[in-house]
Amino acid sequence: MRVSSVVITLGIVSMLTDISSESVAAILPLYVTSALGLSTIAYGFIDGLYQGVSAIVRIGGGWASDRADRPKWIAFTGYALSALAKMWLLLATGFAAIIAVITIDRLGKGIRTAPRDALITAESDPSTLGRSFGVHRMLDTIGAILGPLVAFLILWLIPTGYTVVFVVSLATAAVGVIILGLLVPDRRPRRERIVAGLARNPFRWASLTDRRLRRLMVVAALLGVLTIGDGFVYLSLQARTDFAALWFPLLYVGTNVAFFIFAVPLGRLADRVGRGRVFVGGHVALLLAYACTVVPFGGNATTIVCLLLLGAFYAATDGVLAALAGQFTPEGSTASGIATAQTVVALSRLFASTGFGVLWFGLGRGGAVLVVTAALVVAIVIAATLMRPLNRPIPTQEEARNSS
Amino acid sequence: MSPRVRLVVAGILTLLLLGGASVYGITEIAAYRARLDAPSQMRTTNNTSDSTNAPRVVFRNTAVGAGYGLVARVPLDTPEGTRSVSTLSCDRVFETTSHTMCLRIDRGIVTTFSATLLDHAGNTLRTWGLPGIPSRTRISPDSRLVAFTAFVTGAAYATVGFSTATEITSVDGHDYGNLETFGLTVDGKPLTATDRNFWGVTFTQDDNVFYATAASGGNTWLVRGDLAARTLTAIRRTAECASVSPDGSRIAYKKNVSTTATAYWSIAVLDLRTGEESMLPEKHDVDDQVEWLDDSTILYGLPRIEQPGDSDVWSIASSGSGSPRLFIEHAWSPSVVR
Repeated sequence: MRVSSVVITLGIVSMLTDISSESVAAILPLYVTSALGLSTIAYGFIDGLYQGVSAIVRIGGGWASDRADRPKWIAFTGYALSALAKMWLLLATGFAAIIAVITIDRLGKGIRTAPRDALITAESDPSTLGRSFGVHRMLDTIGAILGPLVAFLILWLIPTGYTVVFVVSLATAAVGVIILGLLVPDRRPRRERIVAGLARNPFRWASLTDRRLRRLMVVAALLGVLTIGDGFVYLSLQARTDFAALWFPLLYVGTNVAFFIFAVPLGRLADRVGRGRVFVGGHVALLLAYACTVVPFGGNATTIVCLLLLGAFYAATDGVLAALAGQFTPEGSTASGIATAQTVVALSRLFASTGFGVLWFGLGRGGAVLVVTAALVVAIVIAATLMRPLNRPIPTQEEARNSS
Repeated sequence: MSPRVRLVVAGILTLLLLGGASVYGITEIAAYRARLDAPSQMRTTNNTSDSTNAPRVVFRNTAVGAGYGLVARVPLDTPEGTRSVSTLSCDRVFETTSHTMCLRIDRGIVTTFSATLLDHAGNTLRTWGLPGIPSRTRISPDSRLVAFTAFVTGAAYATVGFSTATEITSVDGHDYGNLETFGLTVDGKPLTATDRNFWGVTFTQDDNVFYATAASGGNTWLVRGDLAARTLTAIRRTAECASVSPDGSRIAYKKNVSTTATAYWSIAVLDLRTGEESMLPEKHDVDDQVEWLDDSTILYGLPRIEQPGDSDVWSIASSGSGSPRLFIEHAWSPSVVR
């Protein structure tokens, strides 16, 4: 079975949008300090703020998508909002305007994620949903890798060419919006179910009370509060090797390359051996990445292994979580289900990075990592036990039809 | 619209948008090349060999045209005169009679950041990789110690919040490490908050004593550092990027006078004997580590709003009498070498 062409189109839309967003994100600190002559101090203060805003908006996006039964057009709104933010960037001059632009861009991302993942679910055979998400995330990650490279290539050719970066960013975002608007079918997941005689109910939050979905959220939250963020891992690596220090600004590109490599294989593996297993297994990769930062032999190889592990962690959890949430919510409520699961993860990770900061200064770096690593070992064991009943193989559409 | 028509329309729009952006980009590249090949808008010479040891102001040349972004110098007594432009490219530079510290953005498809220590003849002695955009650098008056600050700006959006990395190291290779590893005392109590940041070191005639900025929870402090004891003690609140006067009696720094979340800095001078702080009559927002021209005059850079990437160096009397004066046009990051 091949992956639906709609999933690939959505992947290309995400890729273009990521090129657009990541090219701007990569050069923004440089633009603020070198071109505008401003300090980046205030820049950091808003990070936490829009993380939270984006999480709330995400649930709203999922709800609106299910309510209207129009995932495509809600996702379209999110993508269009991000493209409009890029247009404003060309006119923005002050620091406040730039903060507003970034916030709008993030709002757009919050709105579009869940409806788009619901569309991927609607377009895929339930038995190969993991692979569909794998293909989508692979294309998405290509954008995240290309964005910074395109931006730095432009600045290499024109050191003060920030406007060129913004124009290219706007053009790629606009192309993404156009492709989504013209080429992605307007699926109506709930109406299709009703027409097929499989469901009658309009959207209700009550559809999200499936025991398996609740169990997934508990597991996601448990593991999420022990996911302390790549920033910390990069800082630890940077403090230890000259190689990592020199390439520090690009370590996240390395993680994305690993994510890109593992996205499809791990998605397929999830379909074969159980998505819950791969989701929990991804956290074993995270555990090993933490271990990398404290092992006594810190060479270039350790740095590279660490980035591969982080990439594998994202490949085993990001799309797989959406596939799991999609699997456990009835059609017509998928966007809300996926949005809720993603929000649980986002908020618990936000809590984790804040909490870890406190731990770091209480116990020192080594001690803090040891505590989190030990807690993660226990959490993985609990998560694996909780997820066991959720690992039953998923029937293909054909098998499902035959049995009903 | 039939699917085929949609596909054709999407294809045409894609070509138009990406083609348009490419044409714009190529035009801009051509215009930039033309500007680069044009003669500098200032009087310049490539001859840097004469009177190398004469008192001078060393700075980053930001005049449009040939020599943009390169380290240049002018005689101390004629700062408006012909500038000698070297071949060294730096985004932030500091020079003493025997050494040069050069912080640089190493542009390329993969852009990285570095700090380089050079000797008087221009030979590279040591290079460090920086975790992000270069910010400040200083060399001690006796050229034994160097310090540099960079923003930690590696990761995308929210993975790493605002932070700075500041290191002190000796010219002969002894690393004192990141200032985060020093003990910080504020109001007599140790401060160990998670969000501590340090930047903007300035050295004194005594190699064991330096000043820097510490920040935590939205506050900033001028801190006095003891290199041997590895301690930092806050001596004044709301003061950043300090610079000690040549006679060691005063410290000039930028002081955030904004009442909103967005910072606005004015220059302040603290008399170390009397503890009295006076504000200088510069109305612009000064985001720089100032440099003392002599015991009564301060130099600082101001970006040109209408021309991104260009700036001027201004001077002002440290007593607060008299208004700012344009010192060197199209210049940034001055250091006074005598």
